[in-house]
Amino acid sequence: MTNYWPLLGIALVVLGFALRFNPLLVVAVAAIVTGLLGHMPFLKVLGVLGHGFNENRIVTLIYIVLPVIGLLERYGLQQQARALISRMRGATTGRVLILYLAFRQIFAALGLTSVAGQAQTVRPLVAPMALAAAEKQHGKLDEDTAEHVKAMSAATDNVGLFYGEDIFIAISSILLIQGALKAFGIELTPFELSVWAIPSAICAFVIQSMRLLLLDRQLKRRGQ
Amino acid sequence: MITMQWLYVLAGAIFASFALASVRDAGNPKRRGNAAFWSLLAISFWFGDVLGDMVNGVLVLVVVALAGLHLIGRGARETTTTVEERERFSARYGNKLFLPALIIPFTAFLGTLLFNYTPLKDSGLIEPKSVTLVLLGVGVIVALVVCYLWLRPSAISAVDEGGRLANAIGWAIVLPQMLAALGAVFAAAGIGDTIGHVAGEIIPQGSIFLAVLLYALGMVIFTMIMGNAFAAFPVMTAAIGFPILIQQDGGRAAVIGAVGMLAGYCGTLMTPMAANFNIVPAALLELRNQYGVVKVQVATAIPLLICNILILYIAGFRL
Repeated sequence: MTNYWPLLGIALVVLGFALRFNPLLVVAVAAIVTGLLGHMPFLKVLGVLGHGFNENRIVTLIYIVLPVIGLLERYGLQQQARALISRMRGATTGRVLILYLAFRQIFAALGLTSVAGQAQTVRPLVAPMALAAAEKQHGKLDEDTAEHVKAMSAATDNVGLFYGEDIFIAISSILLIQGALKAFGIELTPFELSVWAIPSAICAFVIQSMRLLLLDRQLKRRGQ
Repeated sequence: MITMQWLYVLAGAIFASFALASVRDAGNPKRRGNAAFWSLLAISFWFGDVLGDMVNGVLVLVVVALAGLHLIGRGARETTTTVEERERFSARYGNKLFLPALIIPFTAFLGTLLFNYTPLKDSGLIEPKSVTLVLLGVGVIVALVVCYLWLRPSAISAVDEGGRLANAIGWAIVLPQMLAALGAVFAAAGIGDTIGHVAGEIIPQGSIFLAVLLYALGMVIFTMIMGNAFAAFPVMTAAIGFPILIQQDGGRAAVIGAVGMLAGYCGTLMTPMAANFNIVPAALLELRNQYGVVKVQVATAIPLLICNILILYIAGFRL
């Protein structure tokens, strides 16, 4: 008989996020409730939570770049990124972000996933450039438009990363797919898997680029 | 050999510097909470492996309490330069300002190439699986040195500026790690098997297309719940991918595996649970809506999911 009660933990997460409680609190409560409903004693849950937190420190590692980025911002890095774009003729938000998307996908496909990212490139460079280009097309941006342009910059980085990295044969997800299928007796090389990431990568580039060109048209129309 | 452990020591030192910056942030009423938060993170990075699971668990609960009771918060802006000063600096230093920012990616990029395609690889200098991250850490140190030699800021500036950004992001910085820990609890409580069980019960018989659709949607929904396609993949492969699509219907295994994972990534684009991609950037870019990034990604994710389903069906079964 399967114990369905731990699924309540998932419901708690959804509810907590929807009601906008502090996400850390939501996650911790959901973890404890899920563990208890799964017949784990409290101290065991605490141990699993602590162990999981410690084992995954690697995802928080990237913030070691913050002192460098902060220091450069102190000396006008964002202002310089904007100045560069506003001097460039023909630069639009869409074109800037499409170029970045292409770079991001190609670098990720070469296995260089952490050379760019939200903290390393989007905040200090890409978002200010996209905003500067938008101001050229549109004039002074209202808050909603600026927010939309920034969100699209972050989204472009994510799309480029997700739909580039699997083309690289030694990325962890390809190794995970290989391992999961091997458990069922199917032997595949990483290369056989990674070529099948290419059609989706092309679709992702086309779809995101079309949205960015549409954004250009919106910015231009609203600017006139 | 340089291992991940070295990086954790470096990261711990940088988190400790955020704590110092928080203490110095005199205008911020939440400076004590901020300092406690970053100190705990520094302890976790320095001593996490020797503290034991229980103590780590307590540390996690204290970090959560600091955030949940709103004891941490954005810092004052007094420790940094004004917009006018920054514009003057930008006019003075020009495009050269980009160079230190590019040191980090270039060290990681060129260093990785250099390491992998020269005898360095066998020298045992760096642990092979951590090469890029170790070089990223090296890049950070080199960039800091260059900034200090060139711009000559006051000694404490890097601490203050790093702390300013860190406190602007706040609790969101540890959310991805917390979600990974939640994933560990979910796994221990058997959530994956339970979902696989549910998915396995509702498999439609006779229609390959419907089975493909269920597999892809299962990947998306499970990924949205777990915030991570990696957790969803083994479960959906065991429930539908292998027994139905590959074994029963004779689909091409490489396509079912690779594109199944990519269908899951469409779920990653649509969930706040993938916090490092979707929530942290909202904080980093100072968006008013913490779900602003997820919201704009939905319109890319849905057409892309349709593409992935078609690729699964056509390349997996019709080619």
